[in-house]
Amino acid sequence: MEIQLNEEQLLLRENVRRFADEVVRPRAKEIDKTGEFPRRFFDQAGELGLAGVAVPEEYGGGGMDTLSYSLVIEEISRACANSGVILSVNNSLVCDPILKFGTDEQKREFLTPLASGRKLGCFGLTEPGAGSDAASLRTLARREGDGYTLDGSKVFITNGTHADVALVFATVDPEKKHRGITAFLVPTDSPGFHCGVHETKLGVNASGTTELRFDDVQVPARQRLGEEGEGFKIAMATLDGGRIGIASQAVGIAQAALEDALAYAQQREQFGQHLADFQAIQFYLADMSTEIDAARLLTWKAAWTKDQGKRYTLEAAQAKLFASEMAQRVTNKALQIHGGYGYSREYNVERYFRDARITEIYEGTSEIQKMVIADWVLDKA
Amino acid sequence: MPPAIAPTAPAAPAATGAGGPSFGLSEDQELLREQVRRFAEERIRPGVQERDRAHRFPAEIVGEMGEMGLLGMLVGEEYGGAGADVLTYAIVVEELARVCAATAVTMSVSNSVCCWPIARFGGEALKRRVLPELAGGALGAFGLTEPGAGSDAGSLRTAARRDGDSWVLSGEKAWISNAGFARWHVVIARTDPAAGKRGMTAFVVPADAPGFAVGEPEEKLGLRASRTAPIHFNDCRVPAEHVLGSPGQGFKIALATLDHSRIGIAAQSVGIHQRALELAVAYARERVQFGVPIARHQAIRFRIAEMATELAAARLKTWRAAIAAGGAGAATDVPEAPEAGRLAAEAKLFASEAANRACQESLQIHGGNGFHDDYEISRLYRDVRVTTIYEGTSEMQRLVIARHLLARS
Repeated sequence: MEIQLNEEQLLLRENVRRFADEVVRPRAKEIDKTGEFPRRFFDQAGELGLAGVAVPEEYGGGGMDTLSYSLVIEEISRACANSGVILSVNNSLVCDPILKFGTDEQKREFLTPLASGRKLGCFGLTEPGAGSDAASLRTLARREGDGYTLDGSKVFITNGTHADVALVFATVDPEKKHRGITAFLVPTDSPGFHCGVHETKLGVNASGTTELRFDDVQVPARQRLGEEGEGFKIAMATLDGGRIGIASQAVGIAQAALEDALAYAQQREQFGQHLADFQAIQFYLADMSTEIDAARLLTWKAAWTKDQGKRYTLEAAQAKLFASEMAQRVTNKALQIHGGYGYSREYNVERYFRDARITEIYEGTSEIQKMVIADWVLDKA
Repeated sequence: MPPAIAPTAPAAPAATGAGGPSFGLSEDQELLREQVRRFAEERIRPGVQERDRAHRFPAEIVGEMGEMGLLGMLVGEEYGGAGADVLTYAIVVEELARVCAATAVTMSVSNSVCCWPIARFGGEALKRRVLPELAGGALGAFGLTEPGAGSDAGSLRTAARRDGDSWVLSGEKAWISNAGFARWHVVIARTDPAAGKRGMTAFVVPADAPGFAVGEPEEKLGLRASRTAPIHFNDCRVPAEHVLGSPGQGFKIALATLDHSRIGIAAQSVGIHQRALELAVAYARERVQFGVPIARHQAIRFRIAEMATELAAARLKTWRAAIAAGGAGAATDVPEAPEAGRLAAEAKLFASEAANRACQESLQIHGGNGFHDDYEISRLYRDVRVTTIYEGTSEMQRLVIARHLLARS
């Protein structure tokens, strides 16, 4: 076992932290308030090679490993959770499946612009009636001539308002349940492709989350990712990777909350002493640090396992479950340390608290993670 | 006779890229883990319940561990030890604790709080005399706690006064693991009553020192097959060269020793946690209620998922702290990472609290059977309870962690 980052990773983290502090953080509060999608952030991230961190350079990516990707998402999320998830979706949920399941032609046509940040991707799996039970999705793909016609709708699609390309999951035959699900790469300017307006949410309020609607959208067969009926497998494999991104996001949010809480506790005086002099506050801080580090280690282990080319479903689910629940606890305690000020929008900790909540829900709820973990521990071990 | 362990080579660098984090064990570490697991299953498991019931210390098994080199793992090869790194040591503690937490703490105490401070702070002549014995299988112990000085170790009252070429100790130590079986004891005593924490000194005291006496063994909730007893010093005389470091450094040495030993307790907690999970999985698969194995009930599945996740996190934190504490021959050569103290406290806090939750949940999954003495989980439930208490309570870990965090920011 080794825990030291190598030189490349250290340099990457330093550079991304500077970018996050200088460019991303100053806009974080404002976009949270207005809901404005930070497209310019994505463009800049693309220029820095962060849109496809783990995509090989020949396809326009950063050519780094998954652990480096985790470092990027943590550092960006430490400054702005919106920016973190925007980047995570493009990396994990769009670039990664094209890299893994795409043809050479699809990689050249779709992956290269996405991984270099010239185009933005979104991932369309969830539907109004199909959340955790993704296999029950109803969006239909009818075979017509040399292509497919898509009809249906998706909800809660991060990046949806601004994406150039959507990875859409539809069924060629609802009777076949998950064996009918098929994945398609769909340019969002395709006729019949409609996206809704940005939805106001409790947190991550500037992530371009919206609904997508497909009215007879024509998709040529060459834009099908994988084979007919392989879509569910592709979605599940993709979410394994996405969970590393969300776990990293949760660690970044929690890290920011701890740093703010430490600073506030040493500055705020009550009863004639700093909050940091009270044992109760010290204990909160100690627990926060302990849990953040545990979550980071689980996340790095999942990333490392992926980089080893091994199956990492269990590790990713454990990292995502622990990190997201940790972030909820840590941001809650950080807010508590701030007292009334923590409840005010003046302080960032209020935003961290709202942003952390979604990490327990998207890319598989905590309950789904537990189902996955229990399957491995009870049935597959 | 069980085979002796080989010195451990450092883990091979990661297969991809130039270094960077990796989470596998080296081949040597995997081999040793296998070997210790087999030893624990074949030699420690039989009779573990009877020893617990009878409060019987497994002297013969401890003897075998000594022959295997497990009792002086951290001692450098030049003093007859295995020269193992701290991670390798943590893996061995985990494997022992998975089968018997009492046997694991017997081993861990000898390594962490006796061998380690002597190797780290002892003079050359003392090390040449004491370490080969410890590495060869003689047991060690550590005397810091007193009836009135637990978490507040700085208030201890055992006194030592200089008399010619010797020091003369008087006082009492409480809750001393391995007392009565140990050959060597690291003892912290007050040498300058006016100097507070700077007035303490660490001594190495042999069991046959004049004026050294062991009291009646304690009866405990758990870890009943480990020996815990008070030690009395009635004008107990030790030679001046038995001082570790220099007079006045005792408190510093005690804290450094505890920083190190917490990794052993974290590893012990991980071993108990691992076993609690295994027992829960096995029971849930086999126990049928409402017509199906209870492993089919979601409430049970989710608990097992949480136990497994916390176990993975606890093990990583323990391994990480172990790496920070040093490489092979850590006791003498390699300085620990600047954050080693915080990482060890975090590992101990997290792993012990997680293991307590895991035993609680595993027992709950066992239902009424879990409350029965015949089921292994009932012993684990009692044994695990001390992990949030000894070698620094969870409350003391939090103070240590907070001190590091606030000093840094």
